[in-house]
Amino acid sequence: MAEQFDVIIVGAGVVGCAIARELSRSELSICVLEQSSDVGNATSKANTAILHTGFDCVPGSLESTLVSRGYERLLAYSEHCGIAVEKTGAILVAWDEDQRAELPALQEKAIANGYHHTRILESSEIYEREPHLGPGVLGGLEVPDESIIDPWSPIVAFATQAKHAGVTFAFNSSVVSVTTQDGRHLVTTSQGKYSSTWLINAAGLFSDSINDYCGHDEFTITPRRGELIVFDKLARSLLSSIILPVPTATTKGVLVSPTAFGNVLLGPTADDIEDKNATATTHDGITRLIEAGRRIMPELIDEEVTATYAGLRAASQHRDYQIHLHADQRYICVGGIRSTGLTASMAIGDHVATLLEEAGVTLSANPRFREDLTMPPLGESQCRPYQDPSKIAADPAYGQVLCHCEHVSAGEIRDAARAVMPATTQEGLRRRTRAMNGRCQGFYCSAQVLECFEVSSDE
Amino acid sequence: MNKPVVIIGAGPAGLSAAIELKRRGIDKVIVVEREAESGGIPRHSHHQGFGIRDLHRTLTGPRYAERLTADALKAGVTLHLSATADLDPQQLVVSITSASGIEHHDAAAVLITTGARERPRPARLVAGDRPAGVFTTGQLQQWVAAGRPIGSRALVVGAEHVSYSAVLSLRHAGVKVVALATELSRPQSLTGVAPFVHQVLRVPTWVNTRVTGINGHSRVASVMLEDTKSSKQRQLDVDTIVFSADWIPDHELARRSSVAIDPASLGPASDYFGRTNRPGIYAAGNVLHPVETADRCALNARRIATAIASDLGLGRDSGLSLGVEVEAPIAWVWPNRIIVSRPTETLLRLSQFSEAKFVTASQGGQRIGEAKLRHGIPGQHLKLSTSLLRDIDPNRGVVRFALDA
Repeated sequence: MAEQFDVIIVGAGVVGCAIARELSRSELSICVLEQSSDVGNATSKANTAILHTGFDCVPGSLESTLVSRGYERLLAYSEHCGIAVEKTGAILVAWDEDQRAELPALQEKAIANGYHHTRILESSEIYEREPHLGPGVLGGLEVPDESIIDPWSPIVAFATQAKHAGVTFAFNSSVVSVTTQDGRHLVTTSQGKYSSTWLINAAGLFSDSINDYCGHDEFTITPRRGELIVFDKLARSLLSSIILPVPTATTKGVLVSPTAFGNVLLGPTADDIEDKNATATTHDGITRLIEAGRRIMPELIDEEVTATYAGLRAASQHRDYQIHLHADQRYICVGGIRSTGLTASMAIGDHVATLLEEAGVTLSANPRFREDLTMPPLGESQCRPYQDPSKIAADPAYGQVLCHCEHVSAGEIRDAARAVMPATTQEGLRRRTRAMNGRCQGFYCSAQVLECFEVSSDE
Repeated sequence: MNKPVVIIGAGPAGLSAAIELKRRGIDKVIVVEREAESGGIPRHSHHQGFGIRDLHRTLTGPRYAERLTADALKAGVTLHLSATADLDPQQLVVSITSASGIEHHDAAAVLITTGARERPRPARLVAGDRPAGVFTTGQLQQWVAAGRPIGSRALVVGAEHVSYSAVLSLRHAGVKVVALATELSRPQSLTGVAPFVHQVLRVPTWVNTRVTGINGHSRVASVMLEDTKSSKQRQLDVDTIVFSADWIPDHELARRSSVAIDPASLGPASDYFGRTNRPGIYAAGNVLHPVETADRCALNARRIATAIASDLGLGRDSGLSLGVEVEAPIAWVWPNRIIVSRPTETLLRLSQFSEAKFVTASQGGQRIGEAKLRHGIPGQHLKLSTSLLRDIDPNRGVVRFALDA
């Protein structure tokens, strides 16, 4: 006998979790099916961690609308929950005449997207603000509201509120088939069967397969691999804004960005591949990034590399999000959410709720939903527990730093193990605390950190 | 004078300096250690051979660490364990965070003995998947000490002293070691445990071999190896890979507090007495130049402690010192600030094997001295006589070091 729900959401990435959170405000029974063991464990964990204004979206697209709405929503939400955001601003830097020639058009495009604060900069002003840029800057476009964000905490925050409000999360549950039985969706997973009135497909890289199970073929996902290099915190002082490339017809270029954790990010590459699990970095990709980085900011390349990783963007052949309501089938497809998914996530959640209402679903307030939530401060700009004498006085475990590179205390590791949406794996712990993510990658602390984590998890 | 001397890092260098400072009559000596135990890297190296040069006996790593700790406590040193230190970029103020809160210490002098770490896999830009089963030697040894499971079949990257230490730790944990792999044309360690590993344990060293990739989703399944001569690739099935050596000073605290860094060694730029560009801040041990054996770090730190005690008593020696430059394949020299009035022996490290017989020093293109190079092995200790700096000229600026056939 399948478990019965009003709504099944397939996928616990940032989009699936944002939808779950939004719908959990209403009295609906909801289940999120996730094939991996944690929330945000695929595309959502490996992005450029930028909160986008949407200045360069395709004007008039759904993506444009949802990114600019999502920006405001996530900014306010992050402030509310104590998730790190730094409004560093971005500069698109032109390195040749072709790129410089694109700047006015990019400014026009920003206006068409409803973003009015861009400004064209002379190279002298750019060097004044970013003196460590390599030689050859011809000009640029300033986008003052582009921001950097802790990309992991929003996902955990969404899932925490959803779970509090009664949403069921089923992990390690890979969807095998979707059929119709007695007018309901019957979803068979690797772990068991689930039945629901409504089905929402937020399966990211696999959203085309789920869409196919439901009899639709509006799009196909071709994973676009993006490799990134994270530089040591000692490189952070080299730049103050996000340095973006100017896209032209022939090249896309890579960005250099500070991160909310105090590092510097270089990337991403963009390679269309076939394998939806191919998150390996490549020798070629890393070499290309180092070459590009050497031109953009030569001193950056002399700093130590803390991490390299690769993420797969769930890109479809279309230039816009693939959000489709099939009211007759009680099915909503939320696919083709590309790199902007983190920024747009909350607006996508709102949009899906609106679609459900339009389709006649009554959304009455769920008394179990709680607005209040405080997330652990992971941002380098925030006051971390080890820096907070009152916190240490109240609980000495916050003064006992176990991961020294990232200054993560025993108290935070314990909290992550016992949270509403707890860390259950090493990787999950890294994303919830930063532990072992630093320059030594666990050289000193991994044995102690993991012991503390395992003991806390068992208690 | 009641301000303490604060030492950051309780490895062989930090503890030895603390003992020496107490011996020289310094009233308050505080050592801050971020780990729960003092003693540093030797704690997890169970083989013999520690303490030969400084304590004139041979001990295992853990015994050596215990001995230094006991001596420091007996001498009246204050030891703060499980504590995080930070140093103000302008003032000689050290803040110490621990479970008991945050303390600020106004210091008479600060000694940085934060040591060195092995570059982990990401810093070496090795491509591929990111599965479990990838270690550095230090990490491996901590895992073995904590009784955590390691794996069953391992490759060790590197062929220096520490690489052989990794082999022993793997064997101790019941892991079969397939080989050591080095990009260089020869192994670098010919003494100590290396012959034992080769001849008794029969673990081969593969030379001219570079690791170019790691495969495996949750656990390492194989590694990709490249023959650096032929560029031929092959796959080796292992579930564990240990990246050894490739040391970098743990210089972050020094850099964050505006201590100048030597671009060759990446350690704090300092003279023979460990004096950095910031008055009152000194550095000693492996943070200066990676890496020397524990006993050599201890001796270096003792000497620097003596200098601290005398600087505190007499006022800092502000004699002229000159910077250095090195030519490949010299990796670094130390001291990298040379006191003109008192040239000393020079430590040197190579980055590749060399057949050169001499090291030369020059200023403004003019040779000021040379010294014999005792061997050409990259990972190993080399000390050059003062004849190298025989004719140093206070007015000719930077001293440049090069090899000469």
